[in-house]
Amino acid sequence: MYAALWRILPGPAWLRVILLLVLVGAALTALVAWVFPWAAEILFPQDVTVGDS
Amino acid sequence: MTALASDTGREVRRRNAQRSALPVVGVIGELLITAGVVVMLFLGWYLWLGDVIAGSAQNDAAADLQQEWAEQSPPDPGAAVVPAVEPLDPSLAPVLAEPTAIAERFATIIVPRFGEDYVRTIAQGVGLSSVLNDPETGVGHYPGTAMPGAVGNFAVAAHRTTYGAPFKQLVDLKVGDSIYIETVDGWYHYAYRGLEYVRPTAVDVLAPVPRQPGTEATERILTMTTCNPLFSAAERAIGYAVMTGWYPREGGTPAELADPIAAVR
Repeated sequence: MYAALWRILPGPAWLRVILLLVLVGAALTALVAWVFPWAAEILFPQDVTVGDS
Repeated sequence: MTALASDTGREVRRRNAQRSALPVVGVIGELLITAGVVVMLFLGWYLWLGDVIAGSAQNDAAADLQQEWAEQSPPDPGAAVVPAVEPLDPSLAPVLAEPTAIAERFATIIVPRFGEDYVRTIAQGVGLSSVLNDPETGVGHYPGTAMPGAVGNFAVAAHRTTYGAPFKQLVDLKVGDSIYIETVDGWYHYAYRGLEYVRPTAVDVLAPVPRQPGTEATERILTMTTCNPLFSAAERAIGYAVMTGWYPREGGTPAELADPIAAVR
């Protein structure tokens, strides 16, 4: 899978490394910004108030 | 020669068969490794990095609000800026009208014990999505409870873990620790009094006299509710503080906030 990704990326090796870093950065940003908060809410529901409010 | 050629042919066929099976196994393996890494990243984010990011965003938002208030009533340019040492009597403190709009930000909470830079915004309401999980608020005021400075119970809630965890260290407070509630008018000083653990249904902690519903209030109480144990919703930890002083804005920043280290000396 990752080998195929490496083959698909264009350009010389140094350019592919840069492209990979950009892709990894984008994936991490998406995880932290959207996926993790969503997962936290589903996996570990929290309640800090008393009563029904 | 023929034997060798036939051997080579078999070898090639075997390798081809391996190659066609390997990619599937390889992809599954890589996906599993990726999933493992993502789970580790999630735990790192959940237990540490998420709070650092959200906490500093909440701190920055609250600091902006403080800056806004400071600019609304700038100190007299001729007067020397002297940190206020002596607070006024709590009865002299003005009481804001309770905001009607949910998520309206009307105060900040400053707790020196929670760190030198610690400041978080208090907004109206205790809804998770509207206030408590908000990346710029974090602390919510129970609608219908008293406002800061009023006789009765000013009750607020905040997360102890995740979403910036404004009350992460609530149970570490020591009796007498300072808690400042800052509004546009100035600083309401509360002294920490104690902690108790209750069931999630214990709404009487919000009563004007906590745990004594129906009793007439004579003191100005601050009640802070958060979850207990950590990462759970099974119980609530409740921190109480009582108002001891009032620092009007025109009198200058309270000495403890202006220079926390000097105030300790």
